[in-house]
Amino acid sequence: MAFNPLAIIGRSTMAALRQVGHLARFTWTALRHTFTPPFYPRLLLEQFMRIGFYSLPVVGMTAVFTGAALALQIYIGGARFNAEQIVPNIVVLGITRELGPVIASLMVAGRVAAAIAAEIGTMRVTEQIDALSTLSTNPFKYLVAPRLIAAVIALPLLVLIADTIGVMGGYLVSTYGLGFNSAVYLQNTAEFLELGDVTSGLYKAAVFGFIISLMGCYQGFNSKGGAEGVGRATTNAVVAASILILAANYLMTSLLFSGGATPL
Amino acid sequence: MTENAKIHIKNAHKSFGKNHVLNGLDLSVKDGKSLVVIGGSGTGKSVMLKCILGLLTPERGSILVDGEETVGMGEQGRDTIMRKFGMLFQGGALFDSLSVWENVAFGLTQTKRATRKDAHDIAIDNLRKVGLAPEVGKLYPSELSGGMQKRVGLARAIATQPEIIFFDEPTTGLDPIMADIINELIVERVKDLGATALSITHDMASARKIADDIAMIHKGQIIWRGPAGEIDHTGNPMVDQFINGRAEGPIQMEVLKA
Ligand SMILES: Nc1ncnc2c1ncn2[C@@H]1O[C@H](COP(=O)(O)OP(=O)(O)O)[C@@H](O)[C@H]1O
Ligand SMILES: [Mg+2]
Repeated sequence: MAFNPLAIIGRSTMAALRQVGHLARFTWTALRHTFTPPFYPRLLLEQFMRIGFYSLPVVGMTAVFTGAALALQIYIGGARFNAEQIVPNIVVLGITRELGPVIASLMVAGRVAAAIAAEIGTMRVTEQIDALSTLSTNPFKYLVAPRLIAAVIALPLLVLIADTIGVMGGYLVSTYGLGFNSAVYLQNTAEFLELGDVTSGLYKAAVFGFIISLMGCYQGFNSKGGAEGVGRATTNAVVAASILILAANYLMTSLLFSGGATPL
Repeated sequence: MTENAKIHIKNAHKSFGKNHVLNGLDLSVKDGKSLVVIGGSGTGKSVMLKCILGLLTPERGSILVDGEETVGMGEQGRDTIMRKFGMLFQGGALFDSLSVWENVAFGLTQTKRATRKDAHDIAIDNLRKVGLAPEVGKLYPSELSGGMQKRVGLARAIATQPEIIFFDEPTTGLDPIMADIINELIVERVKDLGATALSITHDMASARKIADDIAMIHKGQIIWRGPAGEIDHTGNPMVDQFINGRAEGPIQMEVLKA
């Protein structure tokens, strides 16, 4: 076979398109079954606890350190044109609009997308998903729907908590380390913050939650070839979820903030 | 043979890429009979079962269940058809996250055919039918031995009182004594339900025990079929090679010769 670059490009383009088509069909099927009965409220609650509640420690820890480091950096930057007092304003803006949703979602992607892909992947290769069908249970309704809904609800709540803790991290560093007056710092934060800063971050979080669960379920459902295949599905789920979160973040930032000057 | 056929597969084709697994498979199972399909590993036995269950869709051909075409059937119809089936999976396929009794009761609680309390009692009753004590119901699948998992899988398959039961290699991975116990349970339970049974195996002892009829699959086609008693006198060299377990013969395994 002769080396033909065009053929290689053509083949890989076709493969990529097939993948996208496959994912699109999976997403459509998942959504269709998410909004039609039967529903499984008990499973939804269980997933909500797993995705939301048990992610609290990891999200809280990352938020506090991110807020703290952010305050230091803004202080250094601000000092270059005598604008150190801007720290509370920029911290709250950066955390609520950008870092809260993105960092919390990336952490949850590592935890949850991996766990979902491993669990569903194991069910796939041990024929448990086939067994569901033979017992008159739709695997999309039973496995995918509860995870999708739980993540879409849990992520905004997690981000709200991450926002609060992140701002607190900045506050602690500023008041104890940088000599800010506590009351003034809090007042500046509260006065500068607009509702839209927070809600835009929460919209993002809901989308990121959808991405995390979808990738976990998709990779899990399509895993094959025993333990090795499940391992591959787990890695793919985390990588795909993380990249899609960052891409969606840029897209949503440019859409949500088009009220101001939008760089293209 | 089409009359009183519970399942009738006509000219089924199924490929995965370039791998042609089913190549015009024809097979029918009579109502209330037990058919065992024998054949080597990777010859498409599991794929055949999954095509009947609608877990895989054949590219070509027809599969009738009680005379009703199931290929290309909508979700609603598929749902109704599925209630006729029970299946014992090769690895058991028990749900890890549920206790043993919840596994057995799953089909009943899912279809709301029983309350949780009644389903529990039915599950314990079915566990007893496969020789397991009620205490086992509280355990989780990971706490069971291979033989016990098979029994729980069997209890789950019969709990919904299906008209048709599939057994995918029910004795693979078991010691000969446990294998025989499972075979006897299968015969007993199928008779008890009056169900139609379709089993696939490469274990001849198992096939002889549970079959009314035996069919042999090779390269995605049925190459022989007849009553279980005639399996030793088929005059078919491939069947002879298989049931006597000889490496030499018309069936060439895809093994690279050194
Ligand atoms: N979902 C699938 N995707 C791709 N190939 C498959 C799939 N299921 C089965 N196969 C292939 O089909 C062939 C027959 O498999 P199977 O029916 O499981 O064999 P067996 O007769 O041992 O049960 C094998 O080559 C297997 O690799
Ligand atoms: Mg098999």
